[in-house]
Amino acid sequence: MSATLQTPPQGHETARTMTGAEIVLQALKDQGVEVIFGYPGGAVLPLYDALFQQNAIRHILVRHEQAAVHAAEGYARSTGKVGVVLVTSGPGATNAVTGLVDALMDSIPVICLTGQVPTHLIGNDAFQEADTTGITRPATKHNYLVKDIRKLASTVHEAFYVSKNGRPGPVVIDLPKDILIGKGPYTEAPQTPHRSYRPQTEPDARAIRDAVALLKGAKRPIVYAGGGVINAGPEASRLLGEFVRMTGMPCTNTLMGLGAYPSTDPQFLGMLGMHGTYEANLAMHGCDVMLNIGARFDDRVTGRLNAFSPGSKKIHADIDPSSINKNVKVDVAVVGDAGRVLAAMIEAWKQDGQQQDRGALAGWWRQIDEWRGKSCLHYVQEGSIIKPQHAVKRLYEITREMGRDTFITTEVGQHQMWAAQYFGFEQPNRWMTSGGLGTMGYGLPAAMGVQIAHPDALVIDIAGEASILMNIQEMGTLAQYRLPVKVFILNNEYMGMVRQWQELLHGSRYSESYSAALPDFVKLAESFHARGIRVTRAEDLDAGIREMLAHPGPVIADIAVAKDENCFPMIPSGAAHNEMILAPGQTGGVAGVTDEGKVLV
Amino acid sequence: MPDPTDTSYRNATIAVLVENEAGILARVVGLFSGRGYNIESLTVAPVDENRRLSRITIVTSGTDMVIEQIKAQLDRLVPVHKVSDLTLEGPHLAREMMLIKVVGKGENRMEALRLADAFRARVVDATTESLVFEMTGAGDKLDAFIDLMRPIGLKEVSRTGVVAIARGAGGLLA
Repeated sequence: MSATLQTPPQGHETARTMTGAEIVLQALKDQGVEVIFGYPGGAVLPLYDALFQQNAIRHILVRHEQAAVHAAEGYARSTGKVGVVLVTSGPGATNAVTGLVDALMDSIPVICLTGQVPTHLIGNDAFQEADTTGITRPATKHNYLVKDIRKLASTVHEAFYVSKNGRPGPVVIDLPKDILIGKGPYTEAPQTPHRSYRPQTEPDARAIRDAVALLKGAKRPIVYAGGGVINAGPEASRLLGEFVRMTGMPCTNTLMGLGAYPSTDPQFLGMLGMHGTYEANLAMHGCDVMLNIGARFDDRVTGRLNAFSPGSKKIHADIDPSSINKNVKVDVAVVGDAGRVLAAMIEAWKQDGQQQDRGALAGWWRQIDEWRGKSCLHYVQEGSIIKPQHAVKRLYEITREMGRDTFITTEVGQHQMWAAQYFGFEQPNRWMTSGGLGTMGYGLPAAMGVQIAHPDALVIDIAGEASILMNIQEMGTLAQYRLPVKVFILNNEYMGMVRQWQELLHGSRYSESYSAALPDFVKLAESFHARGIRVTRAEDLDAGIREMLAHPGPVIADIAVAKDENCFPMIPSGAAHNEMILAPGQTGGVAGVTDEGKVLV
Repeated sequence: MPDPTDTSYRNATIAVLVENEAGILARVVGLFSGRGYNIESLTVAPVDENRRLSRITIVTSGTDMVIEQIKAQLDRLVPVHKVSDLTLEGPHLAREMMLIKVVGKGENRMEALRLADAFRARVVDATTESLVFEMTGAGDKLDAFIDLMRPIGLKEVSRTGVVAIARGAGGLLA
């Protein structure tokens, strides 16, 4: 770092001297930042003053700091860029923590600038002081407290490097007010490699050869692709498609990976895991070689670990070596960027002289087609009561008819799973959901961030009536910036997933899971200058969806759905993939939830 | 390749070379507490002439799979330069230092001095009724000396925790 201070970058006679606030904004501009999501306060007033005096960076004023981080996440996930947040000290920073952990769990690149009391007051319990670096240390990929203005510019540049390289994640830069006001040198991003953080992106050639040899010899292979493929950029998704098609293998996606492989492709088995499809989970259970690319054997995916895909050889490609052999022991470990890994595998596949057992593969597909024959996502829509599955399915079909570029965000719960099951994605970066942390209140602010990045696209938050209330204040942000986000509420008057678990695991004692005293969502929308629509009968559903989509501004569509509908298929906690519960009326029956399963979440 | 069915615990002495910056120790300790790993001993001090690098020595225990996980988690901390499992990577030396205070008079005092001599502990402070010994060695040697001092008049112990280094010409940043 000191080297960059001593030798000013070319094109600048000397290091320019600026205020700390100007240095921060200059560094953001140099990093290509166009928009930041934030909320002002005492400690960051110098930054807001500098923002006021420039036009290069747009500031989106949110209504709560948690929403600022989710908006930045939505922005980042839908563009592949780093999302940037600006909040004040103390409560500004603590409010942001949920969003930071959310971004950490889902590997979303976010920079969060937090104000801090002046350096001489740190540790004195000053007004709006919090130990932000202490609080956010386990909530971020990395964090910084800048105590020397000479290191300010290089810290901001380094934060971007850390956030987007390797496994992406949130980075906090804590900025004491005196640093923002003081004057110091501006330096450009260093061209030299980072001193210590140099994640491996290029896969080891031998590991690739081993992986290809295993897959070539497979009789029942499967590709299990996750969010790492999305994070590696659209080219990685294209390569995934190329690899899967050239090898003839079935492909399943995790919740975070939806869109990495086109949902309408015949080789796609749907999502796997707790609420994944019957065919995806049974194929995972019965495969002989599994290629995990950019997924992390999450407990929602594996079910009971000692019964997870018991007969298979496992290949795990991940950019984060700590994800490999963490939950599941694998036979071939490939460390690298998903795109580079896929490119190398395609090349190695062509080079490898071994012939695939096409006959065995055809038999495997016959088995998969038999599982598909269960039609595990089948439901019966009859009468006036709207099935939530039907509402999502119609939303999907109608948006497809319209042909607009469509981005979906969700909150967390049953509606999220129905969205994952019934809304299909053909491309990456179109699906934004809180997977790892499971943050209710994620969807509306995330949709805001997506709409800012894609002003002409259709952005829909598929929500539940309970989740949406967790960040409902952001309707104000939609109004202020005229963001035409559509909020599509599946309103069953319950915290549906809580209710479902209480029904299955706790003797139908619906403790505190009823959504009492709900607002009138139509009036609520109107009070925030948006359109409100309520649909209560199945025969009005399509018209309601079309009205929502036709309205040029923000809309809340409150869809009253069946109150007792459960999310199926389901692998109960503590069960294995081949012990799925199917919907009532489908063969398979209800597997018992074990006592061990009950302690799991 | 670690075997997940192998539930036997092993000890590991891990050397970590880190940027000497504010909060680095909290990061390492927080990683251990947050993920439920054991720390049996932890030492840290700057080790290069510019005081830019610190070396942390951690003694931990777990199954092979857990220890592999600990190393991978340490390695992905941004300020970490190098993680080395000294227990796995060939022969190494591990030493600890302690200061131990023994209180007593007469025969007990003589016995303490005789044992200290046998253990090559140095007397670094003495009053008419107390002795402080300085002693360096492997942990079990220190343990043995403490056990011997207990009936004689053990008052207080201060130990550094383990520092370790690989034998031979190789270094952490080889």
